[in-house]
Amino acid sequence: MAIVQDIPKLPGVIAPQSGAPIVAIEDVHKSFGTHKVLNGINLRVGRGETLAVLGRSGTGKSVLLRLIIGLDQPDSGAIRVGGDDLSGLSLDQLGTIRKKMGFLFQHAALYDSLTAAQNVAFPMRHHQKQMSESERADRVQHLLTEVGLDGDLKKMPSDISGGMQKRVGLARALALEPEILLLDEPTAGLDPISSREIDELILKLQRERHMASIVVTHDLQSAKTIANRLALLDQGQVVIEGRFEDLEKSDIKFVKEFLKH
Amino acid sequence: MSTLGRSAPLAIRPRFADRQIRGFSQLVNSASRVIVGFFEWFGSLGIFFWRVVRAAVTPPFEWRELVRQLDEVGSKSLPLVALAGGAVGIVISLEARYSLSRFGAKSMFPATLVYSVIQVMGPIITGLVVSGRVGAGIGAELASMKVTEQIDAIEASAINPYRLLAATRILACILMLPLLTLAADACGLLTGWFAQALVEPLSFQQFIQRGFQGATFNAFVPPTFKTAVYGLIIGLIACFQGMRTRGGAEGVGRAATNSVVLASLFLILADVVLVKFILVVFP
Repeated sequence: MAIVQDIPKLPGVIAPQSGAPIVAIEDVHKSFGTHKVLNGINLRVGRGETLAVLGRSGTGKSVLLRLIIGLDQPDSGAIRVGGDDLSGLSLDQLGTIRKKMGFLFQHAALYDSLTAAQNVAFPMRHHQKQMSESERADRVQHLLTEVGLDGDLKKMPSDISGGMQKRVGLARALALEPEILLLDEPTAGLDPISSREIDELILKLQRERHMASIVVTHDLQSAKTIANRLALLDQGQVVIEGRFEDLEKSDIKFVKEFLKH
Repeated sequence: MSTLGRSAPLAIRPRFADRQIRGFSQLVNSASRVIVGFFEWFGSLGIFFWRVVRAAVTPPFEWRELVRQLDEVGSKSLPLVALAGGAVGIVISLEARYSLSRFGAKSMFPATLVYSVIQVMGPIITGLVVSGRVGAGIGAELASMKVTEQIDAIEASAINPYRLLAATRILACILMLPLLTLAADACGLLTGWFAQALVEPLSFQQFIQRGFQGATFNAFVPPTFKTAVYGLIIGLIACFQGMRTRGGAEGVGRAATNSVVLASLFLILADVVLVKFILVVFP
């Protein structure tokens, strides 16, 4: 298992900072009814590091992200964010920790009754009440420009493409200047050009903001481009964790199968 | 035949008995599932209500969303409630005139109309109309937000969805139901008087004077403000059904239907209890 300090710099990817992990997942188990989804997961992500979590559909990758942000609770094990254990916290206590995190949902999950700009302004409106309307509008404009959107500020989510929805979702995730970015299938359902654009955007944000990121994906090319480290999940467990080269060298049958497709 | 007659019961009896036992155990399983589901539903509703109350009484308060919901529940329900109240006024007027004439008690008409509308029909009609319009709206809106992960996105943005979505809607229902009831009562009295005045000339002033003669606080205020409880039932059940939805478009449809059906049912049951409560506490 690679530890944060040992991770070499990949092309286009910034090297992670050393020190204590900002996200630590310790022996996490999670079941839904009789279906065991996660079966003793251990992962650590350092500041400035990008971890890509790979695996087949239904292996619990998205569930892992939901556990990290506290949308679901693990059956056993601990999830620590910035050293704080998430178990047993009230919604308001969780809220304090969630402000450190930005979450891009698989289908963007934009508020369909608000425009693109209002979606981005939404977290600021609730958490940065001292901010004036004009300051907020400037910040929204800046965030949308940062994710490559200039024009369509007043369009409703249903009126923009899937790729643009992801960008708006990303801008919303960045609104509170998080230390940790959680991305659930950021390139799923996008054409190859849009996928690469999103990858480049994530790389750019890493360089500029130096956040820790956890990216759930089954897009191997995307994971190779944006991540310092990859973790491959199968049957609720981490099969292998390391650099892309480590995965390529692995003799594990499942890893070989996964890389082949 | 004789061979068959002797051997058949031996061969068939065990299979028949097996089927009987299987059928009975299936029946017991189904019944236990229904009973467990029933208690599970009430337990979940109780937990949901507790979370909403806790979120509602702790800052930050979502004033902006509350005002939006007051408009959504109150102003936008007003035409429908007024129309329903007006229709009920006419119906009571027609029925009451006919019945009272038969017993030679026509002079009781204004009081009969006033008491019928304000104590009985106004509150329940307002509750049922709002349950249909607002209950279905809230149930479908929140269910749609749930299945498209918008509620998760709110939570992930460190915003308490019980405070932002549920508490504001429930509070708006509680505050607006008594006001809408007053509007329904006013329309019912107006149309009831109008229907009577078309047949027998009676000034509105005389009608009101005779209708409210001897009326006390206890006769009218508690029945009007009991609708705040209806508001709580409608808002709570619609938010609960909406926020626990699973399963795409079908789930959204189910949430909307269940919101209306359950809210209407509990509203009628609550009316039974509240009428007795008011009679005892405000004699």
